[in-house]
Amino acid sequence: MIGELNSNVPEGDIEGLWTQHKFDMKLVNPANKRKFKVIVVGTGLAGASAAATMGELGYEVEAFTYHDSPRRAHSIAAQGGINGAKNYQNDGDSVYRLFYDTVKGGDFRSREANVYRLAEVSVNIIDQATAQGVPFARDYGGLLDNRSFGGAQVSRTFYARGQTGQQLLLGAYSALMRQVHEGTVALHTRKEMVDLIVKDDKACGIVVRDVITGKVTSHSAHAVVLATGGYGNVYYLSTNAMMCNVTAAWRAHRKGALFANPCYTQIHPTCIPASDEFQSKLTLMSESLRNDGRIWVPKSHDETRAAADIPEDERDYYLERKYPSFGNLVPRDVASRNAKTVVDEGRGVGELKNGVYLDFADAIARDGEDTIRAKYGNLFDMYERITGENPYQTPMRIYPATHYTMGGLWVDYNLMSNLPGLFAIGECNFSDHGANRLGASALMQGLADGYFVLPYTVGNYLAPLLGTDPVDTSDPVFTEAEAEVNEQNQRWLSINGTKSVDHYHRELGKLVWNYIGMERDKNGLEKAITEIAALEEEFLANVRVLGSADTLNQSLEKVQRVADFFELALLKARDALDREESAGGHFRTESQTEEGEAKRDDERFQHVAAWEWTGKGNDPVRHQEELTFDYVLPSQRSYK
Amino acid sequence: MSNTLNLTLKVWRQDGPNGAGRFESYEANGIADDASFLEMLDVVNERLIEDGQEPITFESDCREGICGTCGIMINGKAHGPQKGTATCQLHMRKFSDGDNITIEPWRAESFPILKDLAVDRSALDHIIEAGGYITVNTGGAPDANLIPVPKEAADMAFDAAACIGCGACVAACPNSAAQLFTSAKLQHMNLLPQGQPERWDRAENMVETMEMFFGSCTNHGECHEACPKEISLDFIAFLNRDYVKAKIKNRKLLGQN
Repeated sequence: MIGELNSNVPEGDIEGLWTQHKFDMKLVNPANKRKFKVIVVGTGLAGASAAATMGELGYEVEAFTYHDSPRRAHSIAAQGGINGAKNYQNDGDSVYRLFYDTVKGGDFRSREANVYRLAEVSVNIIDQATAQGVPFARDYGGLLDNRSFGGAQVSRTFYARGQTGQQLLLGAYSALMRQVHEGTVALHTRKEMVDLIVKDDKACGIVVRDVITGKVTSHSAHAVVLATGGYGNVYYLSTNAMMCNVTAAWRAHRKGALFANPCYTQIHPTCIPASDEFQSKLTLMSESLRNDGRIWVPKSHDETRAAADIPEDERDYYLERKYPSFGNLVPRDVASRNAKTVVDEGRGVGELKNGVYLDFADAIARDGEDTIRAKYGNLFDMYERITGENPYQTPMRIYPATHYTMGGLWVDYNLMSNLPGLFAIGECNFSDHGANRLGASALMQGLADGYFVLPYTVGNYLAPLLGTDPVDTSDPVFTEAEAEVNEQNQRWLSINGTKSVDHYHRELGKLVWNYIGMERDKNGLEKAITEIAALEEEFLANVRVLGSADTLNQSLEKVQRVADFFELALLKARDALDREESAGGHFRTESQTEEGEAKRDDERFQHVAAWEWTGKGNDPVRHQEELTFDYVLPSQRSYK
Repeated sequence: MSNTLNLTLKVWRQDGPNGAGRFESYEANGIADDASFLEMLDVVNERLIEDGQEPITFESDCREGICGTCGIMINGKAHGPQKGTATCQLHMRKFSDGDNITIEPWRAESFPILKDLAVDRSALDHIIEAGGYITVNTGGAPDANLIPVPKEAADMAFDAAACIGCGACVAACPNSAAQLFTSAKLQHMNLLPQGQPERWDRAENMVETMEMFFGSCTNHGECHEACPKEISLDFIAFLNRDYVKAKIKNRKLLGQN
């Protein structure tokens, strides 16, 4: 049984909290660090930075990735930038302002102390990345450039053309490879975590499958760190990479780790609309485009003319009209929902009428095509490659798509789950973004957790364990789990149904998008639960997985991920149903202001919902962590 | 509406690292020209599964041209016919109805085939491990603006850093050389002030590790033609310069000891 959730946030003034906590935490002396073994699963920004930093400190680290190289992780695709409260632009930014903006942006559903710490260490991330050689944009004096991003009213976003995630990941990857070279980190590529092992209520290791040979092996440690990303692919179509999945986090959940706020998903407003059933993923066009592009749709429902032929007075620049002060730079959820509204009204653009225009004609007339090319050239090229249309001549078509998941494994202030020894960092935890994440904050959180938070807090957990050995992998907790993995793989191969794994994933995605997408209501969520459960039943009886378990078998890898998505989808619907309020990315149509904004119900829902797994087919148990706001007082968001 | 294409694919199938490979032909009919090349293969795979045949193994992840996971030879060209474009960003509108398309894995001794179109590129990681980093422990960095970097240097370092590590350069090279990859990774660091303290050791270590795995460069330039990020051959010239200088400098320093 799980008692009351304790966030373990220390007492004291928020500004000195992390400094004091770092002093209060137990230390492991340098000579003893090598006696502790830590497993890190995932080598994106959070995992690579954590593994590298713990390696530098002297811990014995084992890093696992299912990719062929750590640098493939999907952090690499982040385009826009990373926030850092440096105030290099002298425009009034500060740690406190970044903290304030992030709590507000999260619609008052995040933990203040975590967010303050995030803002505090943001400045160190910029220093660290720069020293590693990350080629951030610079001005002619050679100093770092910044831009305003995602609705921020200060310029605090550091960027590397449209490839900031790539450059930051290459930085973290290079730090990781240095430790591999030093021998402090053992790197295991092409190993997919398929189970978490818990003994005596403590996380003590993992079971992995080698995706090339199919061999299932166990690895034990004093602590396990999951840095395995978000669950956006539960929608099938999302901006996530093809392989992104919830499996590692979900297997931990099934072993007792609480899963928090699964209903919080961010739908990103500027993606290229889907073109057909075969579409395998959606591509994000960086939000920075909204700095210069103007969003509009025709006023008329029956519009058939090309964009250029529609006169100015027959266009509806709906964001500028509805939100005069923020205009095209309103937060992501507001921009997304408004796009859905106009498309649902039948005013969408493109062949399938499933997008809105993002128009650069004014910006090109004002600044010249060369300036626009210098800023966004690579994005414009990418758009043209995908759509065959030239955005210098015709407006881009964009539509919202699932992009980021704010929910995830529940963790305390130390980033440890309710299972001692299990830590979760980066997108796979729930901690810092509340109900909605601000632009340029995902890279910041991944690196904050990995470079500057976890390496301290893991020591505090390990220190009292000095002198203990990790559980031997010949222990039945490991061997039985391995046997179960092998048996389950054989079961998948023996179903021999009629439909592919992708078929079921696609059908699941449609249900999740339609019922638990940009707008949710009670009726739809109840339907979602019934229909997802029915589809899951069919999937388990009728999926077809060919080939064998002892070779590279991509269908077998995927079937177990999709199985976990089904279970997660049910929990997501359940969480969305129980949260009878709107907050950030969770919009319940029953709960909106007269302006159509998300309307929170702080009396009943100013808390984190953390779900406990109680076995397949059983109702999960909902635990609550109450949230208090001592510094940023909850208010109704308004971007008018 | 988009047009559809009927294609004939000749695809390399190989059961495992030690299996004998063979070409097999597949009809790919009714493919929308809005589909990406990999989505076309997805469609073919779904049909194969329906027919009870094992799908074609190929690797991809981000499908945005940035992670470097995908990469196949399409009609003998690494990443296919469109310049500056990774396989995942190639779309079927670049092909015509009735086309025959030959699809093969990267062919290089240092990239053993794992299955069908998937290869092992871990040799590239060994080059990075040998020195593709700047030694700076977490927490020890000075304020970011204490290291001004001339914009031109930063921009050129970025041009090198844009490499996605896909291995097309190796696959396209008649010698299976990895000079373009290595030079991009090396010069990203060596062009920056932060990279200067380790510049000469980095050059020596990365180049010599590269030579343990890959063939030698004879300046064909095929790598640049195939590169989805259009990394410049100039970086190979920089690499050669730094390597020669490193050999002299490192030896001179040793002589002074």
